[in-house]
Amino acid sequence: MEKKAVRVAYGEALVKLGAENDKVVVLDADLAAATMTNGFKKAYPDRFYDCGIAEADMVDIAAGMSTMGLIPFCSTFAVFAGRSYDQIRNGVCYPKFNVKFGFSHAGITLGEDGGSHQAIEDLALMRVLPNMTVFVPSDANECYQCVEAAAKIDGPVYIRTARLPSPVYDPRPFTPGKGTVIRDGKDCVLFTCGIMLEHVMDAAEKLAEQGIDAAIVSFHTLKPFDEQLALEYTAKCGKVFTIEEHSIIGGLGDTVASTIIGHGVRSFMKIGINDVFGQSGKPADLLREYGLTGPQIAEKVLKNL
Amino acid sequence: MDIQSLQTHARHVRQDIIKMTAKAGAGHPGGSLSCTDVLVALYFDVMKNVDPADDKNPLRDRFVLSKGHAAPALYGTLCERGYFDEKEFDLFRQLHGILQGHPDIKKCPGVDASTGSLGQGISIAVGMALGAKHTGNPCHVYTIIGDGESQEGLVWEASMAAAHYRLDNLTVILDHNGMQIDGTNDQVMSLGDIKAKAIAFGYDVIEVADGNDMQQVLDALYAPKCEGKPRYILLNTLKGKGVSFMEGQVGWHGKAPNAEQAEQALKELED
Repeated sequence: MEKKAVRVAYGEALVKLGAENDKVVVLDADLAAATMTNGFKKAYPDRFYDCGIAEADMVDIAAGMSTMGLIPFCSTFAVFAGRSYDQIRNGVCYPKFNVKFGFSHAGITLGEDGGSHQAIEDLALMRVLPNMTVFVPSDANECYQCVEAAAKIDGPVYIRTARLPSPVYDPRPFTPGKGTVIRDGKDCVLFTCGIMLEHVMDAAEKLAEQGIDAAIVSFHTLKPFDEQLALEYTAKCGKVFTIEEHSIIGGLGDTVASTIIGHGVRSFMKIGINDVFGQSGKPADLLREYGLTGPQIAEKVLKNL
Repeated sequence: MDIQSLQTHARHVRQDIIKMTAKAGAGHPGGSLSCTDVLVALYFDVMKNVDPADDKNPLRDRFVLSKGHAAPALYGTLCERGYFDEKEFDLFRQLHGILQGHPDIKKCPGVDASTGSLGQGISIAVGMALGAKHTGNPCHVYTIIGDGESQEGLVWEASMAAAHYRLDNLTVILDHNGMQIDGTNDQVMSLGDIKAKAIAFGYDVIEVADGNDMQQVLDALYAPKCEGKPRYILLNTLKGKGVSFMEGQVGWHGKAPNAEQAEQALKELED
C-alpha cells in the first residue's frame, strides 16, 4: 500500500488551495522544510511569510493579517502549540479570527527528536478553546479534505499532522464534524483518530482471528465532535475502546468518555500515552514501547472485553 | 482640528476615565490618563477614514491598544468621537456591557483588535500592517504599547518582524510613564536605554519630551515617514496626568477612585 506522511499531504493541499484562493497566505517559523510548506513557498513566494523562530509572533501576525481579509495558515511543530498558546487563545480564538493552524510532527511517531518535541497534549489544549475547530486527519487523502474544509470555515481551525509516512486509503466521503465508520462490528467498538487508524485496523484483524467482531470508527474532527455516531456505536457494541497517539488525558479518549457516559456503556478503556512524556527512538520502536501497535491494542482489547 | 479643541476633547476623555473607573470601582486610571492625549490626537486629527457611521471601512487607519488595560482611555475617546453613547459607561466592566475590562472587538464598536494579554497587540498590529501591504491597502496602523509591557519578549519579536518586512505603514507609540503595577520600571525590571533598543531593532525613532503636550504629540505623529522603516514614537508621559493626586503615583495603576476622590478629580478636570 502506498504510504505518505500526512504532513506531506498538508503541504500539497496548501499548494492546491493557493491556486484556487488568492486570499490564502502561509506563515512559517523557520520550519518550512519540515512542515512541508516549502512547496507553497516555491509556488507562491509572494504569499509566503517566514516569521523566524518566533512562533508566538507568527500567530499574532496571522491574526492581524486575517483582519485584512486574508486567510493565513500558520505552520510549525505541534509541540509549539504550547509556546504560542496565549496567542492562539487571546489573539485568534477570543476574537474568532480566521486563522488556520497546520501543526505537524505530532505524537510519539515524530521519533528521534525525543520527548521535548513529541506533542502529546496539543489536542487537549486546542479542543478546550471556544470557537476552535480541531481536525486530526488519518491519512493523506483526509488531510487534503481537512485543508480544503478549513479554508471554508469562518474561524480558527487546528489541523494535527504526523511526520511518519502512513498508509493512504481510498478517499472517503468527508463532512466536517462527522465521524467515519471504517469497519462495522458488534462485539466492541474501537474509536480512533489520526494515523493510529493503521494500527487499529491491524488490531481489528487480529481480533477477528480470535472471533471478536470489532467495529472501527475514525474521527477526523475532534471538535465539533460527532456525538451522535459515538452514541450509536456505544449503544450497538457496549464495550468501548479509544486509541490515540496523544495523552489519555484531554484527547479523543476524554472526548468520547464525556459524550457516552451514562449512555449504556458496558466497559470503557482509553489506550494512548499514559500521562508520561515520550523519548527518542525509531517510530516503530516507540509505538511498541508505548503499547500502540496492532497486536498490543488487540491484546488490551481481549483482556478488557 | 485646532489644538484647543483637541485639548478640550482630551479633557472630556479624562473626565470619562474618572467617571467610568469610579462607577465600576475598578480599572486602570493611571495609565489611561497618561495616553489620553495621543489617543485624542489619533482619533480626532491623524487617523484617516475613521468614521463611526462606517466603522468597518476597509480603508480606515487601524488602531490597536496593545496596553489593553488602558481601555478607559480608548472607550472615552471612542465615545467622544461618536462610536457609542456615554450611557455605555454605566456598564464598564459589568455583566452584558460592551465595555469589557479589556477591549473586545466582538463587543465594542470601533475596536480593531481584542487586547489585554500584554505583548500581543503590537504583534497583531504588525500583522495588520503586513496584511495591508500584501493587499495593497493604503491604510496606516497605529499601536500604543506600555513600558511595563515592553518587558514581554513578544514586543521584541514583533519589532524584529516589523523591521524585517519594512513596515513603514506602522507606528508604534510607547506610553513611557515609567511605572507599572509593582513599582517603577527600574524597580521591577529596568528597560535600560529603551530608545537605543528601539533604534537597534530597526525603528525610525522620534522621542517626544512631553508626551502629554498636544502640539508635541501632533508634531511626532505628522513627521514624514521614513521609507522602509517602521516608526517608533517614544512619548515621555506622566502617569495619572491631569489629576493632581494621581500624577506620578504608582498606586494609581490599577485602582479606581472612590466617590470623594472622583469628585475632586472631576473638579480639577472641569472645562
